[in-house]
Amino acid sequence: MIPAAFEYVAPTSVQEAIALLQQHGDEAKVLAGGHSLLPIMKFRLAQPKLVVDIGRIPGLDGIARSGDTITIGALATHDAVERSGLLREHCPLLPETASVIGDMQVRNRGTIGGSLAHADPAADYPGAVLALDAEIVARGPGGTRTIPARDFFVEMLTTALQPAELITEVRVPVIGKGTGTAYVKHAHPASGYAVVGVAVVLEAGGGTCRRCAIGINGVAGKAYRATAVERALAGRALDEKTVAAAAAHAADGVDVQGDLYASSDFRAHLASVYTKRAVLLAASRAG
Amino acid sequence: MAVTKLFGASIKRREDPRLITGMATYTDDLTLPGMAYAQIVRSPHAHARIVRIDAAAARRHPGVVAVFTGRDLAGALKPIPTAWLIPNADLKTPPHPPLAVDTVRYAGDGVAVVVATDRYAARDAAQLVEVTYEPLPAVVDQITAAGPGAPQIHAEAPGNLAFRWAVQGGDAGAAFAEAQRDGVVVSQRFVNQRLIPNAIETRSVLARYNSGSGELTVWYTTQNPHIARFLMSVVTGIPEQKIRIIAPEVGGGFGSKIPFYPDEAVVAFCARAIGRPVKWTEDRRENYLATIHGRDHITDLELAARTDGTVTGIRGKTWANLGAYLSTAAPGIPTILHGLMLPGCYAIPNLSYEVQGVFTNTAPVDAYRGAGRPEATYLIERMMDLLAARLGMDPAEVRRKNFIPPDRFPYTTAAGLQYDSGNYTPALERALEAAEYRRLRSVQQQGPKDNRYLGIGLSTYVEICGLGPSAVAGAVGFQGGLWESATVRLHPTGKATVFTGTSPHGQGEETTFAQIVAEELGLPIDDIEVVHGDTGSISMGWGTYGSRTTVVGGAAIALAARRVRDKATKIAAHLLEAAESDLVFDRGRFYVRGSPDRAKSIQDVTLQAYLAWNLPAGVEPSLEASAYYDPSNFTFPFGAHVAVVKVDAETGEVELRRYVAVDDCGRVINPMIVDGQVHGGLVQGIAQALWEGAAYSAEGQLLTGSMADYAVPRAHMFPRFVTGRTETPSPHNPLGVKGVGETGTIASTPAIVNAVVDALRPFGITHLDMPLTPERVWTAIRTHARR
Ligand SMILES: Cc1cc2nc3c(=O)[nH]c(=O)nc-3n(C[C@H](O)[C@H](O)[C@H](O)COP(=O)(O)OP(=O)(O)OC[C@H]3O[C@@H](n4cnc5c(N)ncnc54)[C@H](O)[C@@H]3O)c2cc1C
Repeated sequence: MIPAAFEYVAPTSVQEAIALLQQHGDEAKVLAGGHSLLPIMKFRLAQPKLVVDIGRIPGLDGIARSGDTITIGALATHDAVERSGLLREHCPLLPETASVIGDMQVRNRGTIGGSLAHADPAADYPGAVLALDAEIVARGPGGTRTIPARDFFVEMLTTALQPAELITEVRVPVIGKGTGTAYVKHAHPASGYAVVGVAVVLEAGGGTCRRCAIGINGVAGKAYRATAVERALAGRALDEKTVAAAAAHAADGVDVQGDLYASSDFRAHLASVYTKRAVLLAASRAG
Repeated sequence: MAVTKLFGASIKRREDPRLITGMATYTDDLTLPGMAYAQIVRSPHAHARIVRIDAAAARRHPGVVAVFTGRDLAGALKPIPTAWLIPNADLKTPPHPPLAVDTVRYAGDGVAVVVATDRYAARDAAQLVEVTYEPLPAVVDQITAAGPGAPQIHAEAPGNLAFRWAVQGGDAGAAFAEAQRDGVVVSQRFVNQRLIPNAIETRSVLARYNSGSGELTVWYTTQNPHIARFLMSVVTGIPEQKIRIIAPEVGGGFGSKIPFYPDEAVVAFCARAIGRPVKWTEDRRENYLATIHGRDHITDLELAARTDGTVTGIRGKTWANLGAYLSTAAPGIPTILHGLMLPGCYAIPNLSYEVQGVFTNTAPVDAYRGAGRPEATYLIERMMDLLAARLGMDPAEVRRKNFIPPDRFPYTTAAGLQYDSGNYTPALERALEAAEYRRLRSVQQQGPKDNRYLGIGLSTYVEICGLGPSAVAGAVGFQGGLWESATVRLHPTGKATVFTGTSPHGQGEETTFAQIVAEELGLPIDDIEVVHGDTGSISMGWGTYGSRTTVVGGAAIALAARRVRDKATKIAAHLLEAAESDLVFDRGRFYVRGSPDRAKSIQDVTLQAYLAWNLPAGVEPSLEASAYYDPSNFTFPFGAHVAVVKVDAETGEVELRRYVAVDDCGRVINPMIVDGQVHGGLVQGIAQALWEGAAYSAEGQLLTGSMADYAVPRAHMFPRFVTGRTETPSPHNPLGVKGVGETGTIASTPAIVNAVVDALRPFGITHLDMPLTPERVWTAIRTHARR
């Protein structure tokens, strides 16, 4: 499968990349790990005239903590996130999520910035960044801005990024004691993407749910927060029956997708079951 | 290597180092001076009239050398032939033009070819070929296509019927009448879904025509170069002796590289027309659209039995979807290789079975690993479980009761085949033991844990392998022989080259064949080279498919090696001044019985054979021999598989917990290679049961058009397989071997489905069609729970 002809350029700084994007407008595409962009180029669903490879810009792949925030560079690969000791200790939801993305080759090349910018509704990171109330830091011609995760995903394959804007980093909170997190996923047997993926951040105390945040991907045209479930759980006991009753609202108010593998009915059902399981798992970890 | 006995040793595959270090040379790795690249323009419509083709813009594109359409080829190339003309079936063989001329009949049908100086230009220019289509109504499923009012695909095949074939044995009518009176009849409709073969290497063709000598050389991904040479000659009109076909490294085939496709003829035409070598390599999407698919049967089946579980008859009808054109072997797969195996390993005296081959607007269907036999095994093995459930018997007991007893071999079935040898009960008992069948049944009795239901599934199978006796091939309409050739040539230095007419492409026969020769001639295994896949160095051969390579090709090699040994014995006796009958040949050394110290090595004898200074009277110089082995019968491997699953009733997800395969493939030359073949087969067979399935929209668009939609199995989806063996040599094969390339695929699919249905028994579910996706299972549980 051969993509249409294109020019390739590898800028060495974010400014240079932004200038190129400004200059070439719609005809240019950013390339990070290439694991979403190249497949669609090979199918000729995308035919950019210019590919701007940001993969050689130094300093965009770090993972560091400052205060109660951990900053992840846009070019951090899924593998780097999965293996990061800092994240495993202080924000284990992201390594757990990264560990079930695609296969080893995909995790070695794909980046967190690329995954978020691509905004595939079946990708795994979106649910997690929603549940974590992460911030996406973008830089464009007008300077740097911070986009809350809940404002970031607009619709299928569309984000709040402006045309010449780049994601430079993602900021997530340090997860404290008493809070458990979990990501569970039903993977499509062919693509490996999430048919349903549920990310939970849950603060528990005395067997009840103090606060929880649930991000779901794979189910709707974009990842979303399951606010009906969150509300139904707040202050409630974390026993299986209560959680199951709350989780039954996992797909409330969303337009559930159907395809050859899973109809919208079945997907909605899976969303409830996986939400229940993710909440119970997170609760069990909230020690 | 401290191996004293080579035959039977788990020697590592000698082909692996080059394969896993990227040092193997595949067709697409080859580059010839002046080579151009072809891209085939394919129809986006499943069924349409071609109104106009405008290639002007494509011809102007930089780098484009030529563009040809179906019309340009019509005079120069003959239609693509079908090579399995089954008799007594009213077979219709509508013409299959190399590129469509007036009508396209499936999405992927070739309409034009663009040749350019590089593959990128060819790909870009292909998009510039403007084809105006007038879409016609399409039909994709075989029952609709065979029904009234369906769109007609070929004028030559009214009602879209390619053939109507039947097999009868005994008196099925009487058996069913009796069963209806005082026995049981179970009936079920089965869908054996369409599969995409997914060889790791897609198809590739490189053709060079030398206009000076008139020679055509084609490197390409074929499983049978000599058949390809013959068909290439028929289609292009180039004399067979001027054609050389080379199969370099071939990255798997699973049957999909048996057919002679239009594409190879088109590429050969292009090379001749433009006077430059031309290469074409299929991309994965094209592979899904235009390489053959497999299976795709719909069957209505009935089984008659006594109340004690004795099966007395089987009858039914299958609609086989053949796609838009008859691929090379297509008519024989759902008939000869399928219908005749319907009784399986059971002594079922009465049989009546009909198969209708139906044209549809889909990719052609042909042999895919197991080719007809997995479909047959699936039917009979599901039926045995349905019968057991109906009678409240243990599925193992029903099988034991109906096995052909060991003392009745050779056994002639109701379908007329003669099974060479078999001993089915020990294989079953061994498999049950390895799976801890009794213990699992009692665990199952205790009911589900955490809403997860345990299921145990059996599959006991027999398959037809080692294709096959040429006279039978002729009788069933196969347009070729099925014997095999071998030449074993010793060189003056005592090293050997072995030439085989089979064409291994991943199975490991470079290793097993060397083991055979090492055993027969006492040579170090590393001194033996195995050459295959080149019509320029191998006189004739019929290729690799139907688990025939070791059974037929290996036997030919053993016979040739024995001839070499006979001649060497004569020379050795002369040199040792002894009578031939007094000589002992042991591990490469000839000596007079009782005096092993005065020996001549096979290497010494070989050198003398070439020097020819002192040969016995009447013995010619050199040391090589050929053999042409035509088997007297097929071989019939068998075995018993057990699958253990857990079904999550909340999600419908199936977890495969344990898989036990006990196979009997006769004598085993290399246990590690046999295990490898079994593992690969299991993976493909299990994947059919659980995940794989090609789907077309009603308009004929392939919905599973990439690996993101079509579930090719991966290693992490499986438990560690438990394999075991019994060994019942084939009585008629010179090596006692039976073939093992397809057993895993044949046996495993019903084992899995039986296990899942067994798990769902508490819900009253008796059957589910494949693939057993979570949604299918969940929906079945839900609808049954509601009742
Ligand atoms: C076989 C396979 C299986 C996969 N399975 C999964 C899976 O199970 N789960 C899952 O979540 N994903 C899966 N993926 C996708 C994978 O995670 C991708 O790596 C990811 O979606 C995109 O990241 P990338 O770095 O490869 O981005 P690229 O492909 O390089 O880019 C993707 C898009 O984002 C834009 N972009 C990239 N970086 C930036 C940036 N810093 N700022 C602004 N725009 C940017 C690009 O212009 C492009 O439009 C799979 C991919 C493959 C090939």
